[in-house]
Amino acid sequence: MAKRIDGVSETVSFSFEGQTLETAKGDSVAAALAVTGHRHLRNSVVSAEPRGIYCMMGTCFDCLVEVNGVPNVQACRTTVQDGMVICRQSYGESGQ
Amino acid sequence: MTPKTNPGPHSCDLAIIGAGPAGMAAAATAAQVGLKTVILDEGDRPGGQIYRDVEQTTAQRKQVLGSDYTAGGALAAALRASDAVYLPRSTVWNISSKRLIDYSLDGTSFQLQASAIIVATGAVERPFPIPGWTKPGVTTVGALQILFKSSGIVEEDAILAGSGPLLWLVASQMVAAGSPPVAVVETTPPRRLQAALPHILGALRGHHYLRKGLSLIRAVRRAKVPVFKDATNLEVIGDQDATGLQFISKGQRRTVSARHVALHQGVVPNPQITRLLGCDHYWDSKQHCFRPVTSACGLTSVEHVYVAGDGAGIMGAISADLQGRLAAQDIATSMGKSPPERSDRLAAKLTKDAAIRPFLEALYAPAPDVMSPADAVTVCRCEDITAGAIRDAVDLGAPGPNQVKSYLRSGMGPCQGRVCGLVVATIIAQRRSVSMDETGYFRIRPPLKPLTLQELARFQPTQELDP
Repeated sequence: MAKRIDGVSETVSFSFEGQTLETAKGDSVAAALAVTGHRHLRNSVVSAEPRGIYCMMGTCFDCLVEVNGVPNVQACRTTVQDGMVICRQSYGESGQ
Repeated sequence: MTPKTNPGPHSCDLAIIGAGPAGMAAAATAAQVGLKTVILDEGDRPGGQIYRDVEQTTAQRKQVLGSDYTAGGALAAALRASDAVYLPRSTVWNISSKRLIDYSLDGTSFQLQASAIIVATGAVERPFPIPGWTKPGVTTVGALQILFKSSGIVEEDAILAGSGPLLWLVASQMVAAGSPPVAVVETTPPRRLQAALPHILGALRGHHYLRKGLSLIRAVRRAKVPVFKDATNLEVIGDQDATGLQFISKGQRRTVSARHVALHQGVVPNPQITRLLGCDHYWDSKQHCFRPVTSACGLTSVEHVYVAGDGAGIMGAISADLQGRLAAQDIATSMGKSPPERSDRLAAKLTKDAAIRPFLEALYAPAPDVMSPADAVTVCRCEDITAGAIRDAVDLGAPGPNQVKSYLRSGMGPCQGRVCGLVVATIIAQRRSVSMDETGYFRIRPPLKPLTLQELARFQPTQELDP
């Protein structure tokens, strides 16, 4: 697992795939999912293989998730807001 | 949503793209001499990746990241105190040949006309395509460090694999954070130290870097982290997510279990904007990457376009700061302002700081197999294109990256080749037995990053202004 080395003064709550979770205020969606143990964030649109965070700096576009119904949001470049609804982005086996 | 008003000016003397060490230093310098300066950056706060979130770090993180990191706070403070207009969360997605910049901020696009531009977009990690590197649980080593810098998060069960100073830096920081890596798997080939020794005199001029490097390696050794040397044939294992790493070290097949595998093969210039603007580039056979051709002050082959920092070639954060100042001063001088520092002194400092580089470049040059993965390995992560498919396209007659892109879509996904570009070019060059300069690179086109159609539809571009 991933752990935090410093205390969390303020938390926000969000959901991932319907599960309610908490994280530190100011965390990116990618950091919040990493620290709560969620690694599989989407399926490749081509091969449908699972993908997760990779570069954490907005370069690779591997961490795309659906946030509040909006698809293709970069998890590493989005700050978690209280009540955010985050879903895994999946296009099924057909690749569409 | 109604279109927002322009958050910055419509025109400026100098636009700087990127708020890492080069960009921050350039902005403060330019503003100081009275240039109307705008600095655009994708991040929420200044710092770039090297000084990421340095303004709001905690005592615990500082203790782990050390003074080389906290030193970035002064640059961020100088930027904040300056008259430069700082635009965070701003993604530049196009620049015209007349330096009209299109950028996106919080879902709305705006324009900025600049008389001069400094590209300070830094580096990206060199790709390290191995079997299984697309699995969840595999990241770059830099990604682990970013999790730590911005959220104080450290992976407790991670292998660090590859080569380069950052591998040891992050390993030692994990030790300091109380979660040493499960193993360090080093792909640096044997006898590299001997190859680097001819550069030792230069390295001794930069002895503080040498001392720091040795202390990092010692800290990892002292923590009894298993270190596997001369590793080849790396393969991430796991049915869906990563569960470990398989490799050969000194002739022995090894399997190490871990929940996280972090890969690293050094960093290379982020070429997107200098390529978009049509700047001349050349292959640097020491740094194993393409670099824009520049003057001593960072002026590229394109008029009024400068590049400063790692985007010009990998020199590190201290040099980036110096290059940022040099470029800003050159622009100030050309606009009739007198620069605050003597440029020859800045250049001398730059030479001194760069003295360690030939040694590091020889020691940590990527192993030959790093850039030529086996046929079955995915190279383009966006479009799931394998090395074998790229070789087949070359055999069918594709002479360069752009033709391979048309055949296969490699480099046409959302990352636009940022991750795979160098490997695609290397595979083609090797298959055709031609040089990297002859092979070339992807033609970079706007939008540099994906935009929604809604944002484009709402975008109201102004007429191009004649500078």
